[in-house]
Amino acid sequence: MIEVRNLTKHYGDKKAVNDISFTVNDGEILGFLGPNGAGKSTTMNMLTGYISSTSGQALINGIDILEDPIKAKSYIGYLPEIPPLYLDMTVHAYLNFVFDLKKCRLPRRSHMKDVMTLCKIQDVENRLIKNLSKGYKQRVGLAQALINNPPVLILDEPTVGLDPKQIIEIRTLIKRLGKNHTVILSSHILSEIQAVCDRVIIINHGVIAADDTATNLSNQVTTDHRIMVRIDGEKPAVLQAIRSIEGIEYVRADMEREKGVWEYEIEAQPNQDIRYEINRIARENNWNILLLKTMEMTLEDIFLKITMGEQVQVKNNKGGNE
Amino acid sequence: MGAIYRREIGAFFTSSIAYVFLAVFDIICGFFFTMDNLASSSVNLAGVFSTMFIISIFLIPILTMRLFSEEKKQKTEQGLLTAPVSLTGIVLGKYFAALTIFLIAVSIGFLYGVILSIFGTMAWMTLFSNFLAIVLVGGAFIAVGLFVSSLTENQIAAAVGAMVCLLLFFLVDLLAARLSSVTWLQNILYDLSFYTRYYEFTCGIFNLSSVLFFISVAVLFNFFTVRVFEKRRWS
Repeated sequence: MIEVRNLTKHYGDKKAVNDISFTVNDGEILGFLGPNGAGKSTTMNMLTGYISSTSGQALINGIDILEDPIKAKSYIGYLPEIPPLYLDMTVHAYLNFVFDLKKCRLPRRSHMKDVMTLCKIQDVENRLIKNLSKGYKQRVGLAQALINNPPVLILDEPTVGLDPKQIIEIRTLIKRLGKNHTVILSSHILSEIQAVCDRVIIINHGVIAADDTATNLSNQVTTDHRIMVRIDGEKPAVLQAIRSIEGIEYVRADMEREKGVWEYEIEAQPNQDIRYEINRIARENNWNILLLKTMEMTLEDIFLKITMGEQVQVKNNKGGNE
Repeated sequence: MGAIYRREIGAFFTSSIAYVFLAVFDIICGFFFTMDNLASSSVNLAGVFSTMFIISIFLIPILTMRLFSEEKKQKTEQGLLTAPVSLTGIVLGKYFAALTIFLIAVSIGFLYGVILSIFGTMAWMTLFSNFLAIVLVGGAFIAVGLFVSSLTENQIAAAVGAMVCLLLFFLVDLLAARLSSVTWLQNILYDLSFYTRYYEFTCGIFNLSSVLFFISVAVLFNFFTVRVFEKRRWS
């Protein structure tokens, strides 16, 4: 279990992390989300005892990382942003070194074999780390964190540099590890957090901007009253008809998607379901509705909204990949 | 500490620094041994051991330059500093690894002793005293080099910086010689002089205060190195 209380880090005048508090329970996978420079790595570095905090406390299994660093560190497996690999060692020699460094008491041979199998690096066991590809290096970094089977795993952008197949493998692996480990993982890839994490903390400018489950975060900002619809009809007539519906705040013809078919973005007053009304005007005018969907917010939209404030308009699904 | 020590010893040999260090050190020693002892039929090894002092000034920085700077550059120090080991353990692991390589290099002195004992009577106690002295000096030099290495992430800067520091310890003598008018300063400088203290040993004088001096320097600089990491963590 990880407990963070009012953790703050100043670099000179700059507040890198400002008074953040959260708790991660046993067997929970927490996603740490934020733009570059938000303070994700700084927080992780404080949790792992690499740097100290200016004020506040970080407890790993109830042990303060600054008061008893050696004991607290022994509970943590840490994969920093840049894996700490000695390039002139073989994978096997390196993991052996980490095994000794962590004063691991597990049976050496079988534990090393387990970790290497888990990370799928048995086939490069005897190669020099400098000759490995980025993906393999990343996996050796993960293996290094897993040695001594620590109950807490802190992974800083674990899937960076991996190909899509490896990303899926690593995600599955993290999910599996999450069953009996406490995991914190940071990323700016939102789909990754959504796929892996039970809970998401969005951090921006050193403060926690949101802390909730991924599903709750999406629900929090669902927007029934905003819909996107494709109608085959004369644009001015359609616009006029839509405007005539009671409670419409805003309508816009987005673009001509198919010949003679325009896409309209409609926003009504909150809590007003206008889908029936749209259908009614279509029936009356003999138009066809080719597509109708509510504009749900993806985690990405929420992320942008939270981290960039009000400047960013909430986008719908189709436009969400900009 | 043990894990770091073993890794560093391995790294010395895979990075070929150990081979270069050992070869250059012993070739230069061999040259002076041939000239001072074999060619001039002398069993006095003082010349060889004086030489060892001078080449240590230039070669020990090579030995210590990458110990911390490389870790910083490759970001591997993050692995060490987040592992359940103490800072002292990390510093001493590296310190003793470098000291071990240095011990291998200087133990060639015993080989010279054996060779000379074939031709004449060897003063073994003087040789032991000389050996102890060079190990103590090396121990102090390595601590200085290690400290400089912890300050930078550039190996060349670490090597040059350490060389300058060690040269200063050596040049203090020349400065002191010029300061006969200011006796108190001269005395302090002579007390700080590595070479004056070392020279006594090569003459066969065992001075306990010098032994303590060299050990103190080694302890002090290792302590400084620990402080460097401590400070960086807290800044």
